[in-house]
Amino acid sequence: MEEVLALARKVAGAAEVFEVASETTQVRFEANRLKQLQTSQSNNVSLRIIKDGRTGLATATNIADARQMVKDAVETAAFGAEARFQFPGDLKYPKVEIYDAAVEAVSIKEMVRLGEEMVAAITAHTPGIICEGDVSRGVMTVRLINSRGGRAEYKKSFFSLDIEGNLVNDTDMLFVGESDSSCHPLSDPKKVTDLVLRQLDLAKNRAKAPTKVLPAIFTSNGVAGALVLPLLSAFNGKVVLEGASPIGDKLGKPVFDKNFSLRDDPLAAYRPGSRPCDDEGVASQRTPLINKGIVKAFLYDLQTAALAGKKSTGNGNRSRGGLPAPAPSALVVTPGKTTFDEMVSDIKEGLVIEQLIGAGQGNILGGDISGNVLLGYKIENGKIVGRVKDTMVSGNVYQILKDVAAIGSETRWVSGFLQTPPFYCKALSVSSKG
Amino acid sequence: MPDIDAVASSLAPELKKRKADYLEARFEENQTSHITYRGKSMESIGRSTASGGNVRALVKGGWGFTSFNELDRLPDRVSLAIEQAQSAGSGKSQLARVEPAVDNVSSNIAKNPVDIPLAEKKQLLDEYNEIIWSIPQIKTSTIGYADSRKKVIFLNSEGSFITQERVDVTLHLTAIAAKDSEVQQVSISVGSLGDFKAIQGLHEQVKEISQNAVALLSAPQAKGGEYTVVLDPVLAGVFAHEAFGHLSESDFVYENDKLREIMTLGKQFGPAQLNIIDSAAEPAGMRGSFKYDDEGVRSVKTYLIREGKLVGRLHSRETAAKMNEKPTGNARAVNYRYPPIVRMTNTYIEPGTVSFNDMISDIKEGIYAKKWYGGMTSMEMFTFSAGEAYMIRNGKIAEALRPIMLTGNVFSTLKNIDAIGNDLDMNQGGGCGKGGQSPLPVSLGSPHIRIRHCLVGGK
Repeated sequence: MEEVLALARKVAGAAEVFEVASETTQVRFEANRLKQLQTSQSNNVSLRIIKDGRTGLATATNIADARQMVKDAVETAAFGAEARFQFPGDLKYPKVEIYDAAVEAVSIKEMVRLGEEMVAAITAHTPGIICEGDVSRGVMTVRLINSRGGRAEYKKSFFSLDIEGNLVNDTDMLFVGESDSSCHPLSDPKKVTDLVLRQLDLAKNRAKAPTKVLPAIFTSNGVAGALVLPLLSAFNGKVVLEGASPIGDKLGKPVFDKNFSLRDDPLAAYRPGSRPCDDEGVASQRTPLINKGIVKAFLYDLQTAALAGKKSTGNGNRSRGGLPAPAPSALVVTPGKTTFDEMVSDIKEGLVIEQLIGAGQGNILGGDISGNVLLGYKIENGKIVGRVKDTMVSGNVYQILKDVAAIGSETRWVSGFLQTPPFYCKALSVSSKG
Repeated sequence: MPDIDAVASSLAPELKKRKADYLEARFEENQTSHITYRGKSMESIGRSTASGGNVRALVKGGWGFTSFNELDRLPDRVSLAIEQAQSAGSGKSQLARVEPAVDNVSSNIAKNPVDIPLAEKKQLLDEYNEIIWSIPQIKTSTIGYADSRKKVIFLNSEGSFITQERVDVTLHLTAIAAKDSEVQQVSISVGSLGDFKAIQGLHEQVKEISQNAVALLSAPQAKGGEYTVVLDPVLAGVFAHEAFGHLSESDFVYENDKLREIMTLGKQFGPAQLNIIDSAAEPAGMRGSFKYDDEGVRSVKTYLIREGKLVGRLHSRETAAKMNEKPTGNARAVNYRYPPIVRMTNTYIEPGTVSFNDMISDIKEGIYAKKWYGGMTSMEMFTFSAGEAYMIRNGKIAEALRPIMLTGNVFSTLKNIDAIGNDLDMNQGGGCGKGGQSPLPVSLGSPHIRIRHCLVGGK
């Protein structure tokens, strides 16, 4: 790394080397049986330079040829975007707990046991169900150095459990599933499988959905899969800068329900999305995005922040060593006061949405969500009566979240990046074949 | 760059002498360049190089797989893969027999697009972006261009040693129009197996998508419900791939008895004029084309549906052996970090005889759906989004609609296909995702098709 930086400094005004190395091990189950063990050792190095005011980039899996890397970066800098930022100098980083040595010590045998227990719990509950699952552990090391003396290095561990079940009955297919992740080893698969068993219980009977506008409860999974997607782009500083975000001009204004608060939180202890700094060496911070319905901030990396006349929020994210772009680290919704059971009992006729397919396909920028209910239930007279099928829902996130009936009190991490309670929404368009 | 030819050659005798039911290794080196724009300004331009490999072992029906960027200590990596397979295996290994192959397949591309100077590529993208921005009410645009040249060496314990080169070019353009709080977008995706010309000369199309995005701002939303729907070749290709193709992937089927029952060969799935094919062997030169898959199996043309009947499915060596069918050469890995799994290649509906005009002429009220945002499937259920849609009224294309989403059950939808056009067109811009491996280059195609009783989401 130091050699590349030194070579790059000879030809460019400023330079930065960013390196990610990881080792992961995965135990995979298919058709209720242990199927495959997998390990992956991976490196990625990227060189970013600022030459004559423009950004150049070269990435490689190994620094086998430092000269070639510098040459590639110089070629791209001739056309690169005008760099409006400076690399951060020597910074102080917050202390964030993200490494637990115990993760690396978890034996393959223990990982196999966790997987077998998950499969056993689900197949014992519902005979004939076919499970796929995996248990993964890994460690990653991130290092960054730049020509202004900036230097960052951290190590992170992660562990995850994932289980999906598929029950086929003639041409009827039911999909259930849950996952959990942490920087600690996970040792209690029951926490995951109990949630799946609950899905199976609720889906046991079939119910008919009508074609009309109905109230709907989005579970934590439902919020992650449908409601939050449009917000990810709306709060992206780059989308705001382009004028494409529907809330770009609403800073300080009430746009959402007064009980809705959302923040980006890279400091939560032992969460896989946490880190002391972002991928360009800017210190991590908590960033309130929505406070009691009011738009508070957007997410920025260095370049986008400079173009927008803002400060980086420490959200520069690089996938496979590419140029940074704004992205959340981990999103947290402040829980409300209503329990899930209270929400259900409040509804005369409505739906519970656990999972939609196709929710990301519509006009996400405009906030449209529309999808087929992969897993969802019908509520009649305050009770969940069964699973709905062949049912499509559609709505607009900005209309839905402007005025919600209630935000849940039971919050949890879903999809690895979001901590949220259920949302009880007043009106959603439902089309159904019954 | 490390010399992967030398690395692979030195490993070949090692694979034959180790104790496992089956062993294979794959080495890969690639060079890529990319250019992306957001709005008027270039967002990113870069070059990258990568090299890496993997070893996969099969012992008593259990698989071990290890991937790496560091190409040293290979005998240790082989040992690790074997140990993993031993821990995973407790049954019997089954692999369909294939003749070991020794071959060297070059890409036959006259001009490697990766070597074209970045200045030349940028010039072309600048022209396209200027066209988008010349249309009033366009708020922003995104452009993503990428190319790659990849060399992959496959070898196994049965004596196969195959070197294949592959070159890939893709371009995605999106025009985004906005007015008040209304935002609409229209995209095109094109690609080729290495021919840079495929992304040149699109100026008229770029203008058209930009104008369409603006027109959508004032278009009405469809009324939700059941319609007779005509799909254009792009969207019908998505339907063939998403709704039906994924069900033909045998890794879903072979250990699932109930699904096996549904997917019984010989069963009538659609009308007699319906033929659906997956083939990496022909037509050659498509983005889903190759000579050998990532298990070293020669590609073939596979009929999935012939005259409306289910007649075939897609296999890896393992699924073929377990279902006692012939391997089809459909085991593919997106890169060396992943083991091969059963995937599609070039998937298409064979053309029929009906002209587009005849197809719409007797529709009183229906929807003509074109292009796609995306598609997803969960076995029997599918959803796909049309990027453009029009009402059909009294046999004529009428007003434009907001983008619509179609959904349904694949089995009833296949039965509801009642007209197949004579105008096959293949789309090359596709990238497929499965099991965390994305985007895998595929192509999709179809003529126009008509479906009765299709559920459309809306107001």
